[in-house]
Amino acid sequence: MSTLEIRDLHVSVGDKEILRGVDLKVSSGETHAIMGPNGSGKSTLAYAVAGHPKYTITSGSVLLDGEDLLSMSVDERARAGLFLAMQYPVEVPGVSVSNFLRSAITAVRGEAPKLREFAKDLKAGMDALSIDPAFAQRNTNEGFSGGEKKRHEILQLELLKPKIAVLDETDSGLDVDALRVVSEGINRFRSREDTGVLLITHYTRILRYVTPDFVHVFAGGRVVEEGGPELAEKLEAEGYEAYTKASA
Amino acid sequence: MGLETKPLSTLHEVSSYSVEDFPVPTGREEEWRFTPLSRLKGLHNGTAAGTGAVVVDVDAAPEVTVETVARDDARLGKAYVPADRVSAQAFTSFEKATVLTVPRMTAASRPTVVNVRGAGAGAAYGHILVTLEPMAEAVLVLDHRGSAVYADNVEFVVGDGATLKVVSLQDWDDDAVHVSHHHASLGKDATFRSFVVTLGGDLVRLSPSVSYTAPGGDADLTGLYFVDAGQHLEHRLLVEHTVPNCRSNVTYKGALQGDEAHAVWIGDVIIRAEAEGTDTYELNRNLILTDGARADSVPNLEILTGEVAGAGHASASGRLDDEHLFYLQARGIPFDEARRLVVHGFFAQLIDRIEVPEIRERVLSAVEAELAR
Repeated sequence: MSTLEIRDLHVSVGDKEILRGVDLKVSSGETHAIMGPNGSGKSTLAYAVAGHPKYTITSGSVLLDGEDLLSMSVDERARAGLFLAMQYPVEVPGVSVSNFLRSAITAVRGEAPKLREFAKDLKAGMDALSIDPAFAQRNTNEGFSGGEKKRHEILQLELLKPKIAVLDETDSGLDVDALRVVSEGINRFRSREDTGVLLITHYTRILRYVTPDFVHVFAGGRVVEEGGPELAEKLEAEGYEAYTKASA
Repeated sequence: MGLETKPLSTLHEVSSYSVEDFPVPTGREEEWRFTPLSRLKGLHNGTAAGTGAVVVDVDAAPEVTVETVARDDARLGKAYVPADRVSAQAFTSFEKATVLTVPRMTAASRPTVVNVRGAGAGAAYGHILVTLEPMAEAVLVLDHRGSAVYADNVEFVVGDGATLKVVSLQDWDDDAVHVSHHHASLGKDATFRSFVVTLGGDLVRLSPSVSYTAPGGDADLTGLYFVDAGQHLEHRLLVEHTVPNCRSNVTYKGALQGDEAHAVWIGDVIIRAEAEGTDTYELNRNLILTDGARADSVPNLEILTGEVAGAGHASASGRLDDEHLFYLQARGIPFDEARRLVVHGFFAQLIDRIEVPEIRERVLSAVEAELAR
């Protein structure tokens, strides 16, 4: 049983406060959707929790199974069991997917995977996400289409087996087929024991494939409404207008 | 050719075998302004007397003829006339030259290794001539190690249809000073591949140049350097397209770390009016790993004809990209390992181009060792 607990989190970029007191608790077995208009601070939450240097935590705490994530380096957070699927995965020139994944698995597990086992897992993972096996030898994310990058993020999610996954707009830029493949990957991850998901999205489209247990509406840097899956349906029908006005 | 058609970047140039034709550099000259003259140990001003403390020995493929010849051998200096004072000093001062010849239509069956070993004490001057007769093929390794104050000229004469691949490793001890000119003269349809790796030495200034004597010549000049605290590693490339339909590609990449680590890269490519159909590209990239390191990068492409197949240049110096490191770290990879992966990635495509597997391995592990410092 794992829990990610965010308490009264305030985050700034430069002088500008983006998050203004976020409280959120994600436990294993749960899927939480964070929905909100552009600029509401959803991605800031994801990157701040992962430890991106651009974001300054001004107050509040983030705990993973009681451990203080904010005092850890970016890589320590990942090894503690946090995973961030990025909205814009980074191209890393000269570092092959295979080399990158093996280094990441080695770091997270604390020992290098056996080569044969790694090759088998990688192939199975790529097959399940309809990724061309030739991608293993390509440079990480370099020249990948938007959809290929997102599949590659989910491949990492499945191979690294974190406790809590934060998925930042993983659905953006995907066509229907890719959305289905990626959603299946997320569902495989959810069906494992001891995993929780925090799914950040602008649109309700992905929620037809990945049903959330809880929906939080984000506006003006904080959670303004919470509910079950029915809240997503309401947003689908009415949009964010009511919230953007309220927070303005 | 009148003065008005001479490329600007060569207007200052003098070519001569005689050291007296070049004034002692003061550091204000364009071609010397980046070089710390006080660290040249007299190679530039005539005070470094040759004591012959550098030993050249050759492990040649059976098809390659190796000779050690006296200064007056008529073959020497045919392909290259010294273009600066240190080069002329070397040409005036060397005692014996090493001459390698690959006969016509012969492919050397294994790499030929020229070991240049510095034995410390005093300055030394050298000269190497490598000739590939028409349609010959060879791989050559120039391996510089030890401690030395050394100036030399290396001539590569690549005959019609011949292919020469050269790896030049500057893997000197920390106190070494090396000033060197490598000139390749390419015949019709000749292929030249140069791979320069500069890692060790207090000051290394290497000037590779290429000229073409007939159409169809094809030159790739690749370089890799890793500059540590206090080192000055300088590469000055000159490719002169004087005949039609030749190709050149220059790719140099370097990493720098530590206080007073200084890299200099000058890339001059000249396409003369008569060199129609030239295809050329040059690139230099520097990865600055710490504060206190400095990279000077000056690409210079001068085109005197409207009829080129392709011509371009690029230069960029920057730090490790925080986003790259964040992405790798966000997958659990510790900072040092992430940095190692990114620097490896920066050099990987270059290192793959090294023809000789043992040298490739050695360069890879040298880069590893640099990163572990």
